[in-house]
Amino acid sequence: MSLIAARGLTAGFGGPPVLRDVDFRIDPAEIVTIVGPNGAGKTLLLRLLLGIQRPDAGRVMRKAGLRLGYVPQRLHIDAALPMTVGRFLSLPLRQGAARQRAVLTDVGLPDLRGQQMTTLSGGQFQRVLLARALLAEPELLVLDEPTQGMDQPGIAAFYRLVEGLRSRLGCAVLSVSHDLHVVMSASDRVICLNGHVCCEGSPRVVSAAPEYRALFGLGTAGALALYRHDHDHDHEHDHPNPHAHPEDAAP
Amino acid sequence: MIAAVLDDFFLRALLAGLFVAVAAGMLGCFVVWRRMAYFGDATAHAAILGVALALAFSVSIFAGVLLVALAVAVIVSTLAGRGWAMDTTLGVLAHSSLAFGLVAVSFLPAVRVDLSAYLFGDILAVGRGDLAVIAVGAVLVVGLLAWRWSALLTATLSEDLAHAAGIRPARERLVLTLALALVVAVSLKVVGALLIAAMLIIPAATARTFARGPEAMAGLAAGIGAVAVAGGLGLSLHLDTPAGPSIVALAAVAFALSASLGALALRIAGRR
Repeated sequence: MSLIAARGLTAGFGGPPVLRDVDFRIDPAEIVTIVGPNGAGKTLLLRLLLGIQRPDAGRVMRKAGLRLGYVPQRLHIDAALPMTVGRFLSLPLRQGAARQRAVLTDVGLPDLRGQQMTTLSGGQFQRVLLARALLAEPELLVLDEPTQGMDQPGIAAFYRLVEGLRSRLGCAVLSVSHDLHVVMSASDRVICLNGHVCCEGSPRVVSAAPEYRALFGLGTAGALALYRHDHDHDHEHDHPNPHAHPEDAAP
Repeated sequence: MIAAVLDDFFLRALLAGLFVAVAAGMLGCFVVWRRMAYFGDATAHAAILGVALALAFSVSIFAGVLLVALAVAVIVSTLAGRGWAMDTTLGVLAHSSLAFGLVAVSFLPAVRVDLSAYLFGDILAVGRGDLAVIAVGAVLVVGLLAWRWSALLTATLSEDLAHAAGIRPARERLVLTLALALVVAVSLKVVGALLIAAMLIIPAATARTFARGPEAMAGLAAGIGAVAVAGGLGLSLHLDTPAGPSIVALAAVAFALSASLGALALRIAGRR
């Protein structure tokens, strides 16, 4: 049985619908990545699936008692609000010190419990959000563009961490991204979204799909070399230095 | 014995001030965290309209102020939700409710209204009945905040995170609005409509420097407010200064000290 299944979702922000007739499902232990350009309705789809917003049409079915861990897109903590990492993990439900330390160790930050949230680096902050999501012992981990503002090594490290956690916890992962060249290699299924589902399938199928290429162009295709070295496209498009992709240098 | 003690006007004033300080200090933290300072101000200014309506219809001032403050807070939230900029909405409502209040008061027979008592408070004239109302109101506010504390804090951090945890941010906003209207209604007699916002914001801002967690900040803010009340009342008694402004002035001095100490601590930490 699917963890979440949705049918015919149509929704927007009061104006014309941003999403039209979207179907979706995610099964246990599956890694699904939603990719799409800005304004494609990626975050809106997540909000519908999480029940934060109601669709104008269609319905969302969640497995009864689904344990969900949610890492929001970006979280700004006002400087006026003093908050240690430990206190943050205890919101809204109080967690014991041992439990806090355990999830922080899971994300590689074992000694951070007493530190103020506002003093964390961007990468540390996202890891703390991830640790907070782990407190629910999730069957489904939902990540909304969790690596915004991180540099390349940071992004790669973050997704390696998520992959490690997934294989240990056996949870499903639903993430939204436009860092597709990093995420795609780990995904079972990629959904290319632009108001509707343009195409869907394994990373390889999607990256080759004409709908995907129409949306992202060939510029990002070079980056796919990270995991796929058979260059099935030419480099004659207007790229400043087509053979200097850092990914090409990777072993 | 307690009855005899409450005969002393100074003690009644002190108790009333302490109740207000604790409720306003706690709520003030949320006002500061959620950047609602101007929202608090607008609700407080609306109190004058509440006073005028209460006098005109011969109902209790407390009820009149509570209702009008609540109405203004709800109108502000509704307009802001419909796409009006928050500061514009507040600017319109804060000053227009104050203006309407002042105009409405002018229609009342002059003997019945000493407007300055409502604008700047009249803490030394707090009677037993007033004290009872203030105590009940303050306890209600503290109880409400303590009951919803975790949900309020989560919704303050992130509405999405709250939603995902099964908390409804809209309901928590309503809790804060209600608490704010209550604080305005109980503080009117103590510091007056023009200075209520100060009792919300200054103790909380002062506490920020020293607090490492939200609970500590709320407790400190209540404590700082209480000290300002006690000191301000003493000042007023010895120097014959107006009580409400003296309380706020002391709180402001505490803020200046705390801000300087905070800056100093940062410098020392930077040099190490």
